[in-house]
Amino acid sequence: MDLGIDRIINMLVQGVLLGGLYVLYGTGLSLIFGVMRLVNLAHGDFIVLSAYISLILAGFGVNPLISIVIVVPVMFVLGLPLQRFVLNRTLGKGIMPPLLITFGLSVIIQNALQLGFSADTQGLDAGALETASITITPSLSIGLMPLLTFVIAIAVLIGLQVFFRRTRLGRAFRATSDDPEAAEMMGINSRHVYALAMGLSLAIVAIAGILLGVRTNFAPALGPARLLLAFETVIIGGLGSIWGTLAGGIILGLAQTIGAQINPAYFQLSGHLVTLLVLVFRPTGLFAVTRDK
Amino acid sequence: MTPVLSVQSIESYYGQFQALSGISIAVEEGQTVAIIGANGAGKSTLMKAIAGVHPPTKGAIQFRGKPISGSSAYALVQQGIAMVPEGRRIFPSLTVEDNLLVGAYSGRKGQWTLDKVYELFPILKERRKNGGTDLSGGQQQMVAVGRALMSNPELILMDEVSLGLAPIVVNEIYEVIRRIAALGTTILLVEQDVSRGLREASYVYCLLEGRISLEGKPSDLKKEEISRAYFGI
Repeated sequence: MDLGIDRIINMLVQGVLLGGLYVLYGTGLSLIFGVMRLVNLAHGDFIVLSAYISLILAGFGVNPLISIVIVVPVMFVLGLPLQRFVLNRTLGKGIMPPLLITFGLSVIIQNALQLGFSADTQGLDAGALETASITITPSLSIGLMPLLTFVIAIAVLIGLQVFFRRTRLGRAFRATSDDPEAAEMMGINSRHVYALAMGLSLAIVAIAGILLGVRTNFAPALGPARLLLAFETVIIGGLGSIWGTLAGGIILGLAQTIGAQINPAYFQLSGHLVTLLVLVFRPTGLFAVTRDK
Repeated sequence: MTPVLSVQSIESYYGQFQALSGISIAVEEGQTVAIIGANGAGKSTLMKAIAGVHPPTKGAIQFRGKPISGSSAYALVQQGIAMVPEGRRIFPSLTVEDNLLVGAYSGRKGQWTLDKVYELFPILKERRKNGGTDLSGGQQQMVAVGRALMSNPELILMDEVSLGLAPIVVNEIYEVIRRIAALGTTILLVEQDVSRGLREASYVYCLLEGRISLEGKPSDLKKEEISRAYFGI
């Protein structure tokens, strides 16, 4: 195996950029857990659902990247009643009800997609942008889509950071996360905050789903594997830390790309191994800001 | 004149346990009223019932003549009832300043702003960038009081503000509470320290096993009367 310096740099760059997609997977999951301690097992299926909504729009000639401006608000609006009328009822009753409900949702979404679109794999065509790349050196070129994905991921994280630190609603999110009952005593309707958090989570999921669809093929049953990647990103980075999620995504992306260099079959495996190592040696993640005992 | 707050024969349960039986109190405009009583007498339950955190199963609560016993805690803040909760309940992941700003979430307008609260508690201005729970107990209590003021309330419920604090710190806090009261805010406070409650309030209710065992102006109450009502002997 030839491991020239160019090859190594190339591998590292691809790994980091791949991490951008995982950051987008993990952020929505982490947000929901952070605000209401809810583990959304249908998270991956919402990612796939978003790709399918973009696919429908592609039928009307909408470029997938343009469809972001439609799919993001659609998923946001979908999140509000989902939380208000379904998930809010499951909160505060132990860990099982939300797990069961979101697991059920996962099954429903997968089957509905299969019914509507068949089990065939689909793809989103973003046109020339998909294959465009920037040549850095003769042996190193960066694909424009992976780069764009990474930049979007960073932009989402910066946006969230500003939202949480600087806005009235962001403070309400953090207060509710700390102590929902005390937050209610301060005039914050926690049920409403939860609904907005789910909307925000699904809005980020929408971006992730479309970028997934442009990057690779997707099928109705692909959700749980996306959920696993989202989990791994969050586990490596540490729950509740925005920048930890960034690190988690990058580490996962790097692990997979490096593993694949050794043997293409190790792509998934090496990511799981790194996650396992973090779980063994630092169960709270590398950058956790846990307040939970 | 209708009282600011009127609680009419409320009952409250925790499961099978009856925590309050037939409690009635009234708080007039601008008054500072204290609820005293031993541990487990039902003081905090009464506060939680008024604040909408643990609604009563029976009876009525009115704020400025309007029934509020079915309202949620957050809705009551919008109507002008603020809470300084037992144990302070400062948000640990928020800075001192963010804790205060959360208090302003309801957006009620009035005399209280961040600057006004810092004038009242200058130490909080110095510590505004600190984590809310990195402060001493007394300073955290100041944050809790300041946070309640930020909603520009007409009525403040204060649950055990002196608990676990050094006497000198308690004096400081009550000094400020007196200033808040002087500005016209109505205050209902729960106090385990009987002499403190009698000193600060213009009217006192004593709770014993979920019932009112004694009430009156502090000057009208006799010492033996109070200890009988407090201990039930």
